[in-house]
Amino acid sequence: MSKETNDTVNKEVFEEKEYSTLNLGPTHPATHGIFQNVLKMDGEIIHEATPTIGYIHRAFEKLAERRPYAQITPITDRLNYCSSPINNMGWYMTVEKLLGAEIPKRAQYHRVIIMELSRIADHIICNSVIGVDTGAMTGFLYIFQWREKIYEIFEEICGARLTTNIGRIGGFDSEWKKSTWDKIHAFIAEFPKALTEFANLLERNKIFMDRTINCGPISAEMALEYSFTGPNLRAAGIDYDVRVMNPYSSYEDFTFTVPVGTSGDTYDRFMVRQHEMWQSLEIIKQAIKKMPEGPMHADLPDFFLPPKEQVYNNMEALIYHFKIVMGETDIPKGEVYHCVEGGNGELGFYLISDGGRTPFRLHFRRPCFIYYQAYPEMVKGIMLSDAILTMSSMNVIAGELDA
Amino acid sequence: MELLNQVNEKLNANFAGQVVSAEMLYDFPVFTIKTEAMHDVLKFLKEDAELNFHFLTDLTGMQTADEKQLGVIYHLHNMPKNLRIRLKTFMDIHKPELPTATDLWPAANWMERETYDFFGVRFKGHPNLKRILNVDEMDIFPMRKEYPLEDQERTDKDNSMFGR
Repeated sequence: MSKETNDTVNKEVFEEKEYSTLNLGPTHPATHGIFQNVLKMDGEIIHEATPTIGYIHRAFEKLAERRPYAQITPITDRLNYCSSPINNMGWYMTVEKLLGAEIPKRAQYHRVIIMELSRIADHIICNSVIGVDTGAMTGFLYIFQWREKIYEIFEEICGARLTTNIGRIGGFDSEWKKSTWDKIHAFIAEFPKALTEFANLLERNKIFMDRTINCGPISAEMALEYSFTGPNLRAAGIDYDVRVMNPYSSYEDFTFTVPVGTSGDTYDRFMVRQHEMWQSLEIIKQAIKKMPEGPMHADLPDFFLPPKEQVYNNMEALIYHFKIVMGETDIPKGEVYHCVEGGNGELGFYLISDGGRTPFRLHFRRPCFIYYQAYPEMVKGIMLSDAILTMSSMNVIAGELDA
Repeated sequence: MELLNQVNEKLNANFAGQVVSAEMLYDFPVFTIKTEAMHDVLKFLKEDAELNFHFLTDLTGMQTADEKQLGVIYHLHNMPKNLRIRLKTFMDIHKPELPTATDLWPAANWMERETYDFFGVRFKGHPNLKRILNVDEMDIFPMRKEYPLEDQERTDKDNSMFGR
């Protein structure tokens, strides 16, 4: 269907027409966030789209310049709030890189489990919402309870669900409880069944395929020019994954494949995410199987809160406790860039430290801020309903877009 | 280290005297380039068959500690060989002008707008250089150090004990 619409676009006809202006957003239920697009419409076909962003800009980069390093973690939660743990871990790894800290393997493997769980949660949201936007509500309602189960695991570990603030600089505060592991094992055992059923609902569904194939495509060349990363770039056919190219947190220890699409359309983006969920499950299984023994955190007394009984009985521990809570720890001078594979692309942290207690400059490389600027070009000449679908399949998260 | 020398040699051969410094900062080779040559260097790095830095990972701004200069920082990536470099250029805060990179990468469009929005760096030749995240009526560049986050005239808060 969308193929026909693409063919009907004829620029010469457009020149003579009178266009109508349509405001899509900022608070439109179909945009899944606060995005505004001023559309110049010819009937139901989009002639031009002008995105306006910044509705939930919260000045994170400025805020970070006055906050001690540990207190920046809650800021990173609110970037891509669908997969906050990945942002948290990425931030810790940036600081650890600056400190030159060696993180024990056990903590790294735990981080991998957390990150892959949140990647699944992120992809569940995006893919089920693609279903909703095509009119298939069932998959959304069905698979969303599995996202809930992932959030329950996060809750077990850190007490929070959405904005997690999980772990610490240097590792984790304590071993995970038995109830946490029970929930993780239950998830691994039962999620494949749910994901298979979700896949059966949509993947080879004729209506869904007709609706999504050739909808909002982007070529590999254009995706690279627009600095696409993550599933959107892989759907266009470029096998770039930060986990493979620049392994962090022991990703080199695990075997997994990077799914790649061909045409970069909505269906490919959907399928890449679908397969990434299976791969994430595999990584979690391998991490549990290979889990090494050892401490849960690096030896970084400046960043790691000492156990409470030591704080009460030991002078040094008390001093460290005070310094960490008040954020009076100085960090060496330096300049690092660290990137992790976030839910929707390469999430980078560019940190300049002047040796003080707060960063001199912190910049977040937010993947969807960078790739969302290709949106006007992608929706040019397609139907309004396809534009909604293109947006939801690009997985644009308002929190990350506006920082 | 190898990459640093390789890029440094090439840049010095093609842009003599324009490379201010070349150093290794953690895992990144970092080059500081004179502002006049910045656009040509980017073009060269993108189009050189051997170096092939075809991917613009990031573009952002900064202000130096003495508050007299503004900097623009580029992160480039060569995906097939997985090489990354960082380029910097600094200009006077009263005349922060730089040619745009939008002709090389369309992705630079919003990143340059963001840099303009927060630091006031004017990218010459940019198709639509206006504020992106802040309101259009704003008349300051909020990420500059001269605009502190908190109101400095506040008297109800005493932070003197913590050295701030």
